[in-house]
Amino acid sequence: MAGHGTSNYQPKNKVVRWVDSRLPIFSLMNEQAIVFPTPKNLNYLWTFGAILSFMLATMMISGIVLAMHYAANTELAFDRVEHIMRDVNFGWLIRYIHAVGASMFFFAVYMHIARGLYYGSYKAPREILWMLGVVILILMMATGFMGYVLPWGQMSFWGATVITNLFSAIPLVGPSIVEWLWGGFAVDNATLNRFFSLHYLLPFVIAGVVVLHIWALHEVGNNNPTGVSVKSSKDTVPFHPYLTMKDFFALVCFMVLYAYFVFYIPNYLGHPDNYIEADPLVTPAHIVPEWYLLPFYAMLRAIPSKLGGVVVMFSSLLILFVVPWLDTSKVRSAKYRPMFKIAFWVFVISCIALGWLGSQPAEGVYVMLARFFTFYYFAFFLILMPLLGIIETPKPVPNSIAESVLARHHGSTATVGSGEGRPDAAPAAPKKD
Amino acid sequence: MATTEHTEEHQEPTRRDFLYIATGAVGAVGVAGLAWPFIDQMNPDASAQAMASVEVDVSSMNVGDSITIMWRGKPVFIRRRTDAEVEAAKETPVADLPDPLARNPNIGSDEPATDANRAAVDREPWLVMIGICTHLGCVPLGQQGAFGGWFCPCHGSTYDTAGRIRSGPAPANLDIPPYTFASDTTIVVG
Ligand code: HEM
Ligand code: FES
Repeated sequence: MAGHGTSNYQPKNKVVRWVDSRLPIFSLMNEQAIVFPTPKNLNYLWTFGAILSFMLATMMISGIVLAMHYAANTELAFDRVEHIMRDVNFGWLIRYIHAVGASMFFFAVYMHIARGLYYGSYKAPREILWMLGVVILILMMATGFMGYVLPWGQMSFWGATVITNLFSAIPLVGPSIVEWLWGGFAVDNATLNRFFSLHYLLPFVIAGVVVLHIWALHEVGNNNPTGVSVKSSKDTVPFHPYLTMKDFFALVCFMVLYAYFVFYIPNYLGHPDNYIEADPLVTPAHIVPEWYLLPFYAMLRAIPSKLGGVVVMFSSLLILFVVPWLDTSKVRSAKYRPMFKIAFWVFVISCIALGWLGSQPAEGVYVMLARFFTFYYFAFFLILMPLLGIIETPKPVPNSIAESVLARHHGSTATVGSGEGRPDAAPAAPKKD
Repeated sequence: MATTEHTEEHQEPTRRDFLYIATGAVGAVGVAGLAWPFIDQMNPDASAQAMASVEVDVSSMNVGDSITIMWRGKPVFIRRRTDAEVEAAKETPVADLPDPLARNPNIGSDEPATDANRAAVDREPWLVMIGICTHLGCVPLGQQGAFGGWFCPCHGSTYDTAGRIRSGPAPANLDIPPYTFASDTTIVVG
């Protein structure tokens, strides 16, 4: 990556210069995290990327520490987790950081994805960036699911049984695949062991995909609330200090929420049945996955056929890969798309409703509602996205990011753009109105 | 050397082309060959495969009693059914069943799901089944649900008194393990 033409980075320190001319790591950092140009109008929804990076690191650190005290054996696992809680110094804290952390991680990733959908961040030229994000989401789900199995409680065991059995719906080879996943004829020690191995591995795979995700981001640049591409340096500010500080502030707020859960209601998002040791003979009255998988679970149960339910559930994730090609609108941001905006919010409501339905028993009116919202989930992507781009008349889009920022400030104050940093210390931005 | 090769490139395949393809092919076979052990190691191992059979003493079971035993890590239901349960199962026409197959390896694979084909051979009150819902693997609860058989709490599948699926998302009747009556009071499963 030598010779990044754009910045004339010259480290002052001699040692740094010596290293940098042999391994340009300081140039790389400077270019990607210091001077990297970011649209000046990014709002707080853009801070979830930094929050997600923080969460991945938190999960890896707390997880590696837990692994020092845990034992992946059906005879031991449940007791070892209690041992972490009671005997290991600060074990309770580290475990709650990890268990609550998984929920916080998913909360952040769903915000991040919703942001992308609302502002059309999946559209050209960010298709690969978006698809890498979907890969991360799927890997996170697999990691979270396998992590939940490790404490070997009743929900661990029965969640693992139900989810692995999904594959038995595949015609012909299904049952063999399930036995291959289990390493036996039921969820048992072999299963727990391999889930631990993979639960340790996958976060590192996620970290690798995150690198690709950020690489793709830095190749094409950030989208922004207007969805208008960056046209000149007037539209941007350098990443540091503007975005580093904003990200940092958001992260602190996020950590307050996180700490509240860890210290005051650590088990709020968990299920009490997981404090009962796994028993292969007794299925709990009501099996539910962790909250972040509930919408998908609701879709699975909404379909009255085994194979159909499984296909619908997996499709609900896979469909995200083709979203860049389903949306036919030239306008990125929902801000300028009145119809899409409504469709988007109904979609959000559908996802939340599905989440709630996933936690309810699969009977009567719940199933009917789940069918309705499942239909909307798919209709949003397959019908509304292609159609709205054709029938909707978008509102006028600003010519540039700078223009939209100026227009906004012009209405309220006379000192145009006073609060906005300008990287190149440009003399007063041209007023166009 | 370089120039002669250059001209040959567009003509007959050379010895070098052959070596190139042959090396690639051997490499691909090697990778596939080595991948297999890494895939197959995940399958049930020799200790899990060992078809350990379980001997169960049923001498203390009265009419209307059920027990659950473990076989190959799975629950197996053994029930000594009441006459009413047997009658109810017999009266149900096979045509009404979502899954018309008996799923009983002790009598052959394509038999219809009549009550006699589901029950123990010549001992119709006795029902021996793998206690795993054919939907997604939960353990159904006995003597519950609309058909007086089994009810799965997970997604609401109901089975009748012969363990045949009657409603809900499960696609098939409860499976029957290989088993025999070694004597009037002993069942050998597996
Ligand atoms: C993508 C990042 C990760 C996610 C989403 C995640 C998720 C989870 C979840 C949901 C649990 C169950 C918590 C509970 O209810 O007790 C768990 C447990 C566990 N995880 Fe992770 N994890 C991640 C990374 C890691 C890493 C890198 C390790 C390192 C080995 C690790 C090691 C463990 C261990 C040992 C347990 C069992 C102890 C326990 O249940 O508290 N995790 N994980
Ligand atoms: S596992 Fe029994 S109904 Fe789903």
